[in-house]
Amino acid sequence: MSSNYLDIIRPGINTTFQDKGRDHLYHIGIPFSGAMDSRNYLIANKLVNNDLDSAVIEFAYQGPHIKYSGEKINFAITGDVIFSIKRKDTEIEGNCYKSYQIENGDEINIISTNKSVYGYLALGGELDLKFQWNSCSVNTKANIGSNDGKKLDVGQRVNLNKINSNKDIKKTNYINTKIENIRVIKGTNFDYFSEEGKKIFFEKEFTVTKLSDRMGMRLEGPKLDNIVNTNIKSEGLIKGVIQVPADGNPIIMLSDHGTIGGYPKIGVVASVDYDRLVQMSPGSKIKFKEINLSDAETLFKLYEMETQNLLSQI
Amino acid sequence: MIKNISNLGDAALYCDFGNEVNKSINSHVIKYFKTIKEKKFEGINNLTPSYNKLIISFDLKKTNFKEVKHYVENIDAKDSQDINSKKLEIPVCCHENFSMDIKRLEEILKLSREKILENFLNKEYFCYMTGFIAGMPFLGDLDENMRAQRLETPRVKVPKGSVALTEQFANIYTFESPGGWNILGNTPLDVFDSSKEDKPNLINPGDTVIFKEITLDQYKNYNEQ
Repeated sequence: MSSNYLDIIRPGINTTFQDKGRDHLYHIGIPFSGAMDSRNYLIANKLVNNDLDSAVIEFAYQGPHIKYSGEKINFAITGDVIFSIKRKDTEIEGNCYKSYQIENGDEINIISTNKSVYGYLALGGELDLKFQWNSCSVNTKANIGSNDGKKLDVGQRVNLNKINSNKDIKKTNYINTKIENIRVIKGTNFDYFSEEGKKIFFEKEFTVTKLSDRMGMRLEGPKLDNIVNTNIKSEGLIKGVIQVPADGNPIIMLSDHGTIGGYPKIGVVASVDYDRLVQMSPGSKIKFKEINLSDAETLFKLYEMETQNLLSQI
Repeated sequence: MIKNISNLGDAALYCDFGNEVNKSINSHVIKYFKTIKEKKFEGINNLTPSYNKLIISFDLKKTNFKEVKHYVENIDAKDSQDINSKKLEIPVCCHENFSMDIKRLEEILKLSREKILENFLNKEYFCYMTGFIAGMPFLGDLDENMRAQRLETPRVKVPKGSVALTEQFANIYTFESPGGWNILGNTPLDVFDSSKEDKPNLINPGDTVIFKEITLDQYKNYNEQ
């Protein structure tokens, strides 16, 4: 029995354990999974002196309300998140990108994400979780990963195997930048669409709909007219692929996506914009901007350098 | 052989082996898949073989399109060991409890239930690929007179174990999932088992599958032992 643990008073609507995800499994039908917003995941771990690939609690929209029992421990929340910390009768509002120390009986109440989707709660220590294929990331569709592949549930207890001895308080001034232009490389079926459809795709606005989750983001907008075939022979998918089914509304594949699909691929989101794409909540407007391969590679390198720089300053 | 290699986004290679779906093209895909998988090229993090395409995804922090393309173009796929494929018998119960779309199939195919089962059972099907959901095998080819389109409105929940048909293919729903294929029966076998990390899939690309009919009683007793 562990003497340090979390009790889940309220789980939130889509709260799961996530880490870096799992690879080399597409061919059997298992996607990467892992934290949706990789940069915020890494920062959360760094703020509590964890190894960068440690497991964290990911939540969407409404987060969990947690009661902590045990020795003193640090925690940090990243994203654009509204939360409070309660000790006995005192409740204070918390700030993201800063670690806090909590003690036996304290509560963390993650109320919501603010005009964004995902937030991360990292605890300075090691959560007691089962690994499957080198990752504890939960894939609720295939019930793979820790927690029997399920979301966190009310009344559940989560144990900690260890607590970090380094309890230095850390902070960073990072601010999530919001973007409305998502850069996209033309897909392998770009020419399936009419001249008008191609123009619309790169010029008009699309709206993120509520039918969006860790598997995919469904968009609504002007219809993209397919003049060749609304089906292709089923083939592999990767995250960021934008498929257009017969109804003409694009679907963007996200981290828990099906590994095979039969709809034409109009484009693929550039890796540099993935972390910011997943944070676009229902109702947000997206404009796709064409980018070529070499610019996409250069921009990703810069983004990655920026991430490493941010982490090294914490 | 690979006819064309292009980029799929900035972190994947799209290897095109042609447009037809047949065993010979698919065997080339699988040969490349197995060769590349064995060689463990630094930075490649996933391979997805399908009927006639191979998608190779990589970690853009470690490598890039140009490097992986050069590597794939110079690979000798013949080096790979022969495809080590199995022949598997899959028990399937086609009792009315399970064959949810038999009426629809009778109408579309203009065949009786008996004729449909006779056409489907006891024949060898080739596993072209696995995926969409974990472990789902895409098996083919069904006889010409057995080919039906997907349901107009897919089901929100297809029961685990469902054996279903679409176009020239059959598949098995490895767990409960949404889906639009025509359901003909159900197998009591666990076709995907996530607790077996080294071999979670019962059926793998290149394998041959034969469906053998079992009764409802045999189905119920199947996992009893």
